[in-house]
Amino acid sequence: MNMQNEDKTKFNPNYEGDGQQQAQERLQQQMQQRAADSSSPLALHIDQVDMSFKGAKERVQVLDGISLSVRKGEFVSLLGPSGSGKSTLFHLIGGLLKPEAGDISIHGKSVVGETGHVSYMPQQAALFPWRTIEDNVILGQEIAGRGKRELRAEAREWLRNVGLEGYERAYPHMLSGGMQQRAAFLRALLSPHELMLLDEPFSALDALTRSDMQRWLVELWERHRRSVLFITHSIEEALLLSDAIYVLSARPASVVQRMDVPFARPRREELLSNPQFLRLKQDVQALLR
Amino acid sequence: MLRRKMVQVGPPLVAVLLLLIVWQVIVSVFDIEKWMLPSPSDIVREAINNWESLLGHTWATLKLTLVGFGIGSAIGLLVAMVLHPIPIIRRAVYPLIIISQNVPTIALLPLLMIWFGFGLLPKIIVIALVCFFPITIATMDGLSRTDRMMLNYMRMAGASRMQLFWKLELPHALPSMFSGLKIAAAYSVMSALVAEWIGTDKGIGHYMLLQQAAYRTDRMFVAIVIVVLLGVILFHAIQFIERKLIHWQGQRSTDEE
Repeated sequence: MNMQNEDKTKFNPNYEGDGQQQAQERLQQQMQQRAADSSSPLALHIDQVDMSFKGAKERVQVLDGISLSVRKGEFVSLLGPSGSGKSTLFHLIGGLLKPEAGDISIHGKSVVGETGHVSYMPQQAALFPWRTIEDNVILGQEIAGRGKRELRAEAREWLRNVGLEGYERAYPHMLSGGMQQRAAFLRALLSPHELMLLDEPFSALDALTRSDMQRWLVELWERHRRSVLFITHSIEEALLLSDAIYVLSARPASVVQRMDVPFARPRREELLSNPQFLRLKQDVQALLR
Repeated sequence: MLRRKMVQVGPPLVAVLLLLIVWQVIVSVFDIEKWMLPSPSDIVREAINNWESLLGHTWATLKLTLVGFGIGSAIGLLVAMVLHPIPIIRRAVYPLIIISQNVPTIALLPLLMIWFGFGLLPKIIVIALVCFFPITIATMDGLSRTDRMMLNYMRMAGASRMQLFWKLELPHALPSMFSGLKIAAAYSVMSALVAEWIGTDKGIGHYMLLQQAAYRTDRMFVAIVIVVLLGVILFHAIQFIERKLIHWQGQRSTDEE
């Protein structure tokens, strides 16, 4: 954690009033500091990871020699048939499970079986119903031990920025599905861990809200450039958002291919009708078959 | 708002009134003796004439109930919270708690009186024991049934055991904790009444016993009404606290609007 920033937020009496831009700069500084702390160019590196679970009769192999990496500031998607063990992979990266073989390192440091190194956004928003939206959004930093009051002021700036102004004191059940996902994404974005794991965050939304949220995410991500590993079932979503896509096979999952997505940023929705985009989409479809 | 209240309270109120009228009519038409079955008006008259001594007895019972309930719930909550984070002990103790729920706790009272004498102590212990089980079990269930997604989120974020408990498991367990408290509240009034049947000189239970010896059925009905009222008041007091504390529930129906 950047000490200078800490001091500033703690002792500056004008802190409450400072602008959105400053809040963003502060976050970016923090992230850069963290990235600079390690010399590795990789935010995440997974090396030959195997995993199996005890089934009814025999052990079921879920992951078979998975290797992948996410460079710093890169948006990487995992595409694969459902039930191919993508969520298991997230649990391994997050430290909830230990792989049977292989290594997982985050910013150059092995983190096998260790929690507290990633910011995570689960499939359902999983906002805490007894917390207001602003208190939900600060949860990641609160766990890291920062004071609630200073965090709330920061959260309010951010909520304004992501279109949740006026909902700071609302409870999650008062928000629509899309708004809940925005809050859940903000909770992950404000977490003090640089690498973000997003587990099918839009799968429960209707098609219209979903494309809204994709646009929103692309824009927000392009402004902040965090390292992201993103699980999705939608090829279009993966192509629109990512710098690279890993296509996984059915269970036991292994990497079929890594594909770079060459489109320039900022990306906008027009991309969806670009001929090259359509060609890539067909390529991925062929790989998934 | 008022209208909705009327719709809610109206039908049961009418049903109770009808029942009372039928009761009154039967008693006077068949000329039933007062010591067999007093009419509702007899009971009300008796309650009014006798209110001063009734108040004293009611107060004694209420105090006994609240002290027993308070101690029992405090211990119940504490035991659940201490057992919860230690899976081995929890698994060892949980079946014991379930089995011991089948012990008729009230039947322990004579035994407790041998050990602790005729004072308030054995009665408080019995009420506390009666409250303890439902609260412990409901709280432990609530604590162990935490939402998996939220739990995964907290753990991946690196939350400590204490943070998990205070920020997730405890608030998540509040609803089931309160259903335990409400069950225990109903039990505690009943147990206080029965405890007062044995060796006291005050309380509604004692009053009932006196009136039984005198064949004053009307006064026994008064005692029953008071016990019911005590139970209802305690239940609603807990429900009131529950609604204040669990403010995020009950508005779920507006989710999809």
